[in-house]
Amino acid sequence: MRRTFTAVALGAVLAAAAACGSDDAGTGIETRGPITVWYSNNLEEVAWGKQMVAAWNTAHPDQLVTAQEIPTGKSSEEVIGAAITAGNAPCLIFNTSPASVSQFQKQGGLVPLDSFADGTSYVEGRSGEVAQQYKSSDGKYYQLPWKSNPVMIFYNKKAFAKAGIDAGNPPLGTYEEFLATSRKIVAGRGAQYAILPAPSNEFFQSWFDFYPLFAAATGGKQLIEDKHATFAGDEGRAVAQFWRTMYAEKLAGQEKYTGDAFADGKAAMAIVGPWAVSVYRGKVDWGVAPVPTPTGTAADATHTFSDAKNVAIYSACKNRGTAWDVLKFATSSEQDGKFLELTGQMPLRNDVASAYPEYFTKNPDYRTFAEQSARTVEVPNVPNSITIWQTFRDAYSRSVIFGKQDPGASLDEAAKRVDELASQP
Amino acid sequence: MTVTDRPTIRDAPDHRVPARRGRPGRVNGRQPIGALLVTPYLVFLLVVFAYPLCYAVYISFHDYFFAAPGAVVDRPFVGLQNYRTVLADPAVRRSFVNVGIFLVINVPLTAVLSLTLAGALNKAVRWRTFFRVSYYVPYVTASVAVVGVWLFLFNSDGLVNSILGPLAPDPSWLVSSALAMPTVAVYVTWKQLGFFILLYLAALQNLSKDLYEAAAMDGAGRFASFWNVTVPGVRPATTLVVLLATVTGANLFTEPYLLTGGGGPDGASASPVLIMYQRGIEQGSPDIGAAIGILLVIGVLLLALVERRLVGRDD
Repeated sequence: MRRTFTAVALGAVLAAAAACGSDDAGTGIETRGPITVWYSNNLEEVAWGKQMVAAWNTAHPDQLVTAQEIPTGKSSEEVIGAAITAGNAPCLIFNTSPASVSQFQKQGGLVPLDSFADGTSYVEGRSGEVAQQYKSSDGKYYQLPWKSNPVMIFYNKKAFAKAGIDAGNPPLGTYEEFLATSRKIVAGRGAQYAILPAPSNEFFQSWFDFYPLFAAATGGKQLIEDKHATFAGDEGRAVAQFWRTMYAEKLAGQEKYTGDAFADGKAAMAIVGPWAVSVYRGKVDWGVAPVPTPTGTAADATHTFSDAKNVAIYSACKNRGTAWDVLKFATSSEQDGKFLELTGQMPLRNDVASAYPEYFTKNPDYRTFAEQSARTVEVPNVPNSITIWQTFRDAYSRSVIFGKQDPGASLDEAAKRVDELASQP
Repeated sequence: MTVTDRPTIRDAPDHRVPARRGRPGRVNGRQPIGALLVTPYLVFLLVVFAYPLCYAVYISFHDYFFAAPGAVVDRPFVGLQNYRTVLADPAVRRSFVNVGIFLVINVPLTAVLSLTLAGALNKAVRWRTFFRVSYYVPYVTASVAVVGVWLFLFNSDGLVNSILGPLAPDPSWLVSSALAMPTVAVYVTWKQLGFFILLYLAALQNLSKDLYEAAAMDGAGRFASFWNVTVPGVRPATTLVVLLATVTGANLFTEPYLLTGGGGPDGASASPVLIMYQRGIEQGSPDIGAAIGILLVIGVLLLALVERRLVGRDD
């Protein structure tokens, strides 16, 4: 009798444990209920997030969304990484950096969107061809490509005019033109520096100096393709040499500027995305041009870095059915339109330029960015992504910014190390 | 009384009475309540220091990464592999050299300046409180706030270069491989000086005036009196200052992160803790970060032992 009781009790415990471990016990993809979301903490995105959540909650009182700004930390990636480890990440984060996705995935922190019946079709239907860049190495989508800020060259028309350069159509298309224009600006005292990308050593800084020009020079190559570094080829060397000349001739500064160099008139140009339009409105009389290429690629064929932020569902989420529904709601055509209107950032849709004609008629400043957003390059979605970028940045900083080594040799060394890193799990 | 006449511990009254074995009072000392009062701190010490340190040692010997609760991940034992990786990394090696340069500048400068200023403050009759507060304010102000002042002084267009004019270094202070770390060391010295001045001030106020009077009677001037009375008199404080300055200096992070844009130029101001943060947190390799941390702890312990022998030899 005692033996039977023990067996029944043991069976019950095992069944309960099995139920807890199954996907349907509170964490199933169909489970619905209240969820929490985090969004970015800039004013425009907060305004968008609040109205999106309010609209959802009005329509779904049984599946309330509680939203908050992402907690402050050194970077949002670190905050998210810590939340994954602690098991208290929210269901959705509208600020997931594509560079961190491989790390979050390795941590077991993300839910593959392919696990939802319409996951793959929704991601690819909304973003089109661009979506392929966001696939992980196991062929799954752990992130929904949400918004991009295709970086371009902003220039200060007054500084250009002061240096005797045609501000309506400045010669910035080729490296030679860009260098000549830069020399004129500095010599003509248009500004202390022609351009001042952050020369600091953080892994992500190369996204705003080397990478956009590399994407443009190669017609859209990523830093790594097929587990091999691509940056040590002829195009990468030419980009590195271009920036080396800028630093060597003091057309770009080696020192980190604590303010906004473009707004403060310290630099006549900046590499920024459309988020900057509202920032510089009324402060700088600006124009925009594509990033330069060796031969001066036409504007409508030039690629650049996307500077995207995406949305992911985190594995701590219990009500994943609701999370997926909210994700689709927040990235619907209507909400994307509101996002564009409130923030000026480009939803990563394959039809963004034609989907919101009224907006672009009313805001012609943004049209150029909308057109550019169709030709953007993302950071490669590979394991050890951040270590790879830091390895690249160290080599770039040493050779290009500070001239301690030949840029070509430095890129070769970095490429060998990056190949090793890219082949590791 | 000769040395042999001095009462020994064995002769001391409390030790002449043999303790009764098995008395609870002996287990917990003569004041059992003392053990109770110490318990919270002991728990704090175990939880906040001992456990993380032991865990860091564990992490450093495994292929470890942070994972979500419940995630099935493999973290095999890898022996010394992480240490080999760390020692083979030129950035890590350079960071240890950098912190060595930092300590060589920062520690002696801290000890000399804080003792000199404390001595002056101790003698000052007027404005003493004002000066104490002035020295202490940078210490209690967040680095993020005061670093702006330093940038205003030492960036290439800063006040210092404006004064120096053509004599200004090129490349400038914070972007020169040779000058970046010394500039950071001087900045940290300035920022922390207030705390060390207070330590010395407390020590100075315990020195007997008779000693100075005796020195004066022997014809000692100001410098001789300072060298022969003050310096030996505050030796315990000097030991403390040197050890604390070494420990806080080895933990250098915020200043190179903020002043030199993450350890620039070309890693010339990167500290081991900065590299630890990059590898462990940013790049998701806490095993590598832990190995750097353990090496740093060992290095600081060895250095502290040497310093203790050199500075505190008479204590």
